[in-house]
This record gives sequence, C-alpha cells and structure tokens, in this order.
Amino acid sequence: MTLRSLLMGAVASATLAPAAFAERGADGEVNIIYWQAPSILNPYLSGGTKDIEAASLVIEPLARYNEVGEMVPYLATEIPTVGNGGVSEDLTSITWTIAPDMLWSDGSAVTSADVKFTAEYCMDPEGGCAQAAFFDGVKNVEAIDSLTVKVTFDGPKPNPYGPFVGGQSPIIQAAQFADCLGAKAPECTEANFNPIGTGPFVVDDFRPNDVIQYSANQNYRDPAKPAFAKVTFKGGGDAAAAGRSVLETGEFDYAWNLQLAPDVIAKMEEAGKGKAIAGFGPLIERIEMNMTNPSPDLPPETRATVAEPHPFLTDIRVRKALSLAIDRPLLVEVGYGKAGKVSCDLVPSPAMFASGDMHCATQDLEGAKALLDEAGWVDSNGNGVRDKDGVELSILYQTSTNAVRQDFQALIKDWWEQIGVETELRNLDASVFFGGDPGSPDTFQKFYADVEMYANTFNGTDPQQYLAAYRCGGEPKPSSQWQGENINRFCDPAYDKLIDELARTGDIKKRAEIAIKMNNMLTKDTYTIVPLVHRGRVSAHANSLGGVKLNVWDSEIWNAADWYRIK
Amino acid sequence: MTDQSPDTIAALKDKEPSRPPRSQWIDVWEQLKHHKGALFGGGFLIFITLAVIFMPYIWQIDAQNLDIRNKDMRPIYVALWDGDAKVGWFRPLGTDNLGRDIMANLIAGGRASMAVGWASMILALLIGTSVGVISGYFKKADFWLMRLTDLVLSLPILPLLLVAVTLFREPLRASFGPEGGMFILIVSVVGLTSWMQTARIVRGDILALKEREFILAARSIGTTPGKIILRHLLPNVISPIMVSATLGLATAIITESALSFLGVGFPSDFPTWGKLLADAVQRMEQYPERVVLPGILISLTVLGVNYLGDGLRDALDPRIRGR
Repeated sequence: MTLRSLLMGAVASATLAPAAFAERGADGEVNIIYWQAPSILNPYLSGGTKDIEAASLVIEPLARYNEVGEMVPYLATEIPTVGNGGVSEDLTSITWTIAPDMLWSDGSAVTSADVKFTAEYCMDPEGGCAQAAFFDGVKNVEAIDSLTVKVTFDGPKPNPYGPFVGGQSPIIQAAQFADCLGAKAPECTEANFNPIGTGPFVVDDFRPNDVIQYSANQNYRDPAKPAFAKVTFKGGGDAAAAGRSVLETGEFDYAWNLQLAPDVIAKMEEAGKGKAIAGFGPLIERIEMNMTNPSPDLPPETRATVAEPHPFLTDIRVRKALSLAIDRPLLVEVGYGKAGKVSCDLVPSPAMFASGDMHCATQDLEGAKALLDEAGWVDSNGNGVRDKDGVELSILYQTSTNAVRQDFQALIKDWWEQIGVETELRNLDASVFFGGDPGSPDTFQKFYADVEMYANTFNGTDPQQYLAAYRCGGEPKPSSQWQGENINRFCDPAYDKLIDELARTGDIKKRAEIAIKMNNMLTKDTYTIVPLVHRGRVSAHANSLGGVKLNVWDSEIWNAADWYRIK
Repeated sequence: MTDQSPDTIAALKDKEPSRPPRSQWIDVWEQLKHHKGALFGGGFLIFITLAVIFMPYIWQIDAQNLDIRNKDMRPIYVALWDGDAKVGWFRPLGTDNLGRDIMANLIAGGRASMAVGWASMILALLIGTSVGVISGYFKKADFWLMRLTDLVLSLPILPLLLVAVTLFREPLRASFGPEGGMFILIVSVVGLTSWMQTARIVRGDILALKEREFILAARSIGTTPGKIILRHLLPNVISPIMVSATLGLATAIITESALSFLGVGFPSDFPTWGKLLADAVQRMEQYPERVVLPGILISLTVLGVNYLGDGLRDALDPRIRGR
C-alpha cells in the first residue's frame, strides 16, 4: 500500500513537474456557461444540478468521486475503510480525519465543528434539507477532537460514504451558518449566496439566475492552484446558445450539459473552436407519474399532496399502458443518437446495480389499448378520449423548455393520443422548473401536472441514497417548504423495508440484488417511474482549455482547480 | 302680396348638383389607389387572412401529425439545384425533424398569430379610443386618465407577460382550456399594454377639435356630450385611430412571436409563427427554409400592415387628399 502510493506519488510528481512551477492565477480568466442559471449556492437548499455544481467551485466535501467513479479524499486525509480502521467492524460508524492546515477562504481553520454543524444543518427537521437522503440513518455526528469527526449510524451502514461525500454534501462553515438552522435556512441570503468555502475559488459577486463572478481562493491548500485568477460563471439561455458559444464562437471555455439533437452538436463542432465530450453515468431521462391529484380545484394545502390520490394514475394498468405506448428506440434516435441508449432502469449504471431488463424496449400500442379496455377505460361518451366513471383520461404533461424534450413531448403525445389518452403539453423555463422556489407553482417538486419528464442522476457509484429518496413521507409538501426528493409521492411500506435492508447489508452482491429489486419496484412492477433514455452527458470545452476531465459521478467541474490554459 | 314673381322663388332654389354626390369612402379609395405600398400591404393582409382561414380546407394535412419516416424533408424547390435532396410533392415545403408538414404548420401557425393580432388590436383600439375621447372631452377625467396612461406606458411588456402567465395561467386554463386560456391571456395582456399611443393621439386631436366652431354650434343647440362625441368628434379622429390600429396589429403579432420564441405562451405543440421560428433556429444551417419561411411571413405581414397604415393616413386626411 505505502510502496504503491509512493510510486504513484513519484509518477504524479514527475508528470506534474512542469505544472508545479505554475503560479496561482497565472492563466487569467475562464468562462463557464451553464444554460440553467444557478439561483442559490447552497446545495442543501436546492436539488438543482446547476446550483450544486456552481457551489462545488467554492465548498467541498470531505471526499468526492473522480472521473472513473473512485473516491478521492478532498478535505480528509484519506478515505476511511474497515482496513485502515476508519470504519468500525460492525459497520455502524465512520471516522473521518480532516487534513491539517486546511483553511477556509476567510483564513480560519477547518475543524471538526464545521463538519458536525453541517450535519446538524441538514438534519434539522424543519429545514427541508434537499440532500436529507445523504444523512439517512445517521444517529449522531460527534467531534472527537478538532480534526476528527465520527459519524454514528443507527444500524450497520455498509456504504457509510453518504454524508460529506460528493458535490451534493459539502462542508459549510459553522461560523457563517450558525444562525441559519431549521426554518431560518432560506432566510440567510448572504450565507446562501456567498458561502465561505475551502474550494479553489471564492464568490465575488452572485446575481441569482444570472451570473457569478469568482476569483481564486488565496487560502487554497495548493499554492500553485488554481491556474485561473477569475471565473465567470454565466447562467441562463438555452443549450444551443451555450454550445454555440463554446464550439462555434469561442466566447466561453466550458459549456455544461448540451442536451441537443446529435446532428446539431456535430454541426457545431465543425467550426473547430472546441470539442464535445461525453460520458455515461447513471443519468436517466424518465417520465414521473404523479400519484397525487394536481387538480387546480383543490386548495393549495392539499393539492398534489398525499391527502388527494390521483384520480386515474393510481391505476397501475393506466401507467403500464402509458409506458407500453412509447417507442424508446425512436426517442433515442431522434433525441440523442450516440449520446443515448434505451433503458428501462431507474439505475442504469454502474452495471452491477442495473437490472438490465429490457421489458420496455418495444412499443406495443395494441397491448396498451387492450390493457386499458380490460381495466374498464373505454370511450363511453364518444369524444375520442377514454373515460371511466366520469373521469376522462386526460393528462397534463410538463417538462423544461428544451428542443429535445419538446420533440419527445410531441412524439409521446402522439402515441398516447393513439391509445385514447388526451395529452396537454406544457413546457417551463428550466431555471424555474428546477429552481425549487416554494413560491412558484411551476417547479418539478410541486408537480402541478399529471406526469412530468426530466433526467436525474446520483453522485457517486452507490445508488442507496438515490433509491432512499422514494421513502414514504419524503415527498415535497407544504410543511417541508415543497422540498423533498420523493417526487412521485410513491409510498410502499415494503419498499421502505428494502431501503432499511439495503442500509444494513454489507455484502456487495447482496446489495446489488436489493438495489435491483427496489429499482424494479419503481419501474417494471409499478410503472411509477417510466424510464425513457439512458443519457450520456455531453459537455463541451474550448480547445484552449486543458485539464478537463468529464466527471459523471460527481460535480462536472469537480477539478476546476486543475484546469489551465493551453498556450 | 299674391303677385310675387316666380323668378324670385326660382332664384332661391338650389341648383341640381352637377355630379351625383360622392361618399367619403370613395374619395378615400381614390386616394389609396395611388399609394402602391398600401395597395400591396392591404392586398397581402387580406390574402394572408383568407389563406389562414380557408387553406386548411384545401390542404388537409394535420399540422400536428407526426410522420417520422418522412422527417427532415426539404422544400420542393431544393430539387432545382440538389438532385439528391429528400423532396416530394406531397410535402411541398418539406417537413421538420419529427415529420410534421411545414406548410400545414405555417397555415395553422398563421391562424394563431393572426387571431392574436386582430383580437389584441381591437381590444387596444377600444380601450385607447375610449380613454382618449373621455380624457380629451371631459376635463375632470383628463388628469387621472392621463396619469394612468403614463403609468401603463412605463410598464415593460415582456416581464409583465411572464408574470401574468405565471399568475393567471391556471385559472384561465381551468375555464377555457389550455389553448383558449393562453389566447385570452396573451390577447388581454398585449391589448392592455398597447392602447396608450392611441389614447394620447386621440386625446390631442379631441382637445383641438372641441374648441372648433361646429362643436360650439352643436353644443349651443343643446346636443348632449354623448351625441357630440359620436356624431362630430369620432368621425373626425378616425384617421389617427385607423393608423394606430394597423400598427397595433403588427405589434401584437411580434409580441406573440417573441413570447413563443421565449418558450412561454402557447403549449409547445401548438404552432404559431414565432414558435416555428424558435424551434428551427438550432438547425438554421442545414434547413434554412424552416427559419426563413415563418420569418418571411411575419415580416411581410407586419410590413404590409405598416404600409397599409401609412396609406390610410394619407387617404383619410381630407387636407392631404388629392395631392
């Protein structure tokens, strides 16, 4: 082990030797464009990828995943394992050691108190923490000494790398957020917009839903990094404009998530200013079924909450018919080309956790019609729409504004109308849809629609937290400020048991087995989530930007400290 | 007293007019005829309005029908210089990337755009004229109505529309359906934010007119204010009203296009010219016709309307007429 790390170190220092002479801030400015504009820089208050990734330049976790999905220590000295004694034999606790001399950007030292505070902040029951799933099963977090922190779970935790690992669960400074616990969390605008962090950059100016200016963190642990003195992080616009600004005009250096038709990206690349890069993570484009009634006639306290079950989507045969009617290979061809694959799994990767079941790969319009007939949904009043007991099969189908998604909407609407389901389409501005603003009726959490389409993924390689999101009671609701990850309002006690069982199981094969079972409960057994396309993530960087490693397992700009300008 | 000469009576008699009297509208037409731009503009406007109303009965392909095998077809004229292009007479203007017929979409989109244009124009005209006439004629109302006009004039229309869409979409959708509700919303917001120019122009003209002798005469014989407005004032301000009406139509079409372009407004599968344009922007280089065709239609309609307005102003003003 030591010999190996020594050798690795020697190799690394040899290859990095030229870079070691580099000076902090020597390469000027780098421009990043995210076509969804960040609205907050606190990942604990937003489920949006754009917010988490914009924050990842500033605040860091104890450890994160690299581009091949392996854990690497960030604020910690090493990854605790059973082997090195960091994880207790009975798998109920994990002890992290913070690297010494780690400084916040304001010059104060990072201590175990900050880590402990981060846990308190997210675990506050009134806070509506967006990343609460990471702290699932945490009994308590205690500071052993100023640099050691011990997380104890309420049972054996075979994958104890939930809290404080990955871009979604970074450490925030206790001093800055001290008065922001619980219901007061969203009110701390200054802290939420300008978090003090340990990352390579600090926030100079944050304009919500527009642009962020960062400059190099003078207290960053590596004196030679980051190579860039300033970062301009522009948000907003659309994927096409973002792609064009990197690939065709060269105004920006890095564009995130170019969800564009394959022919469009290829055409942009021909301009020769940059290149598109792709990676397959667990990102899956899916249709989410709403198990609760989103009718605008209901009062805001109960609308789209578990108090009001959905009038027809609670019938599994309707959900199954909707899924059967979809021709997924055609969706892949139209929307993603090489950057997409047909998948019927909520967890399509890593391969070990994917069921690989292809039950949904072929379209069956006749089967869907037969299923609806059998369930008693027939067109009894002759208006072309199936109905039963006076309820029409009429669906409001929402998603974010994006050309590929609108194409998908049009195709799926066509198929659904062929089986006698009336479909109304709605598209919402992505910054609003994923913004998580409890005051807006248009967020994906509020889900004021019957079905909605978007893509989601998880950081890291273990789907435990991702699957734990579908626990009963974890749904967004008025009492949680509409935060929560159980978007479908799915609730099955048997599923909750599996969440707990997965949380207790250490054997990796057994874990995969349970995860696949849970995946199937959400997909092919209940059609609560209807996966469409396993998407590769396509981003683009300018030819002059070096050091980019597209990471599908964590924040995409996880290694911005290592980026440099190719001269 | 009985021997009054018949000559005197004859002298008092009016002579027969040398020509039959001409109505004002014939004069207007005579003048308009000489304005080539207005003729072209008006002709195009009538053509496009009739086309969007009646074409769906001739070209019976459903605009929303997906025909994925025939996707990405080029317009038939591309065959002139590119023999290998995927073209066909059954899709004369080609298809989009999901195989929807572009000609059918242009017609359906035109219906939406023109309907929004006409409806908001009429709404803006009604509000603008009433506000202008009332504030010009009744001194007491003048101050408050003009301050209201200033207030509305300072509202930025696009942000206002975005807020209105968020606030009122759901109640309107519940009452009028997704497309009807959005139609009402867009028409009302465009109408409610574009009447101010009309109001100001009308007010100015009314202020000048109401001091003229013929109004004084009408008032002296006891004509009520309502009758004065209807009989004497409105016919005299018809020219600025017509002009702002044509400009209002153009503004409304452009605003609707801008909204569709931004992705708010009508549902994504409901074609309007603005939305067709917006959807096509990404593939502008490979399929320029998808941008150019709706773009040309928007530009020509707006240009036509503007020329018509220009010609009407000249034709309706008796002082310029005949020059």
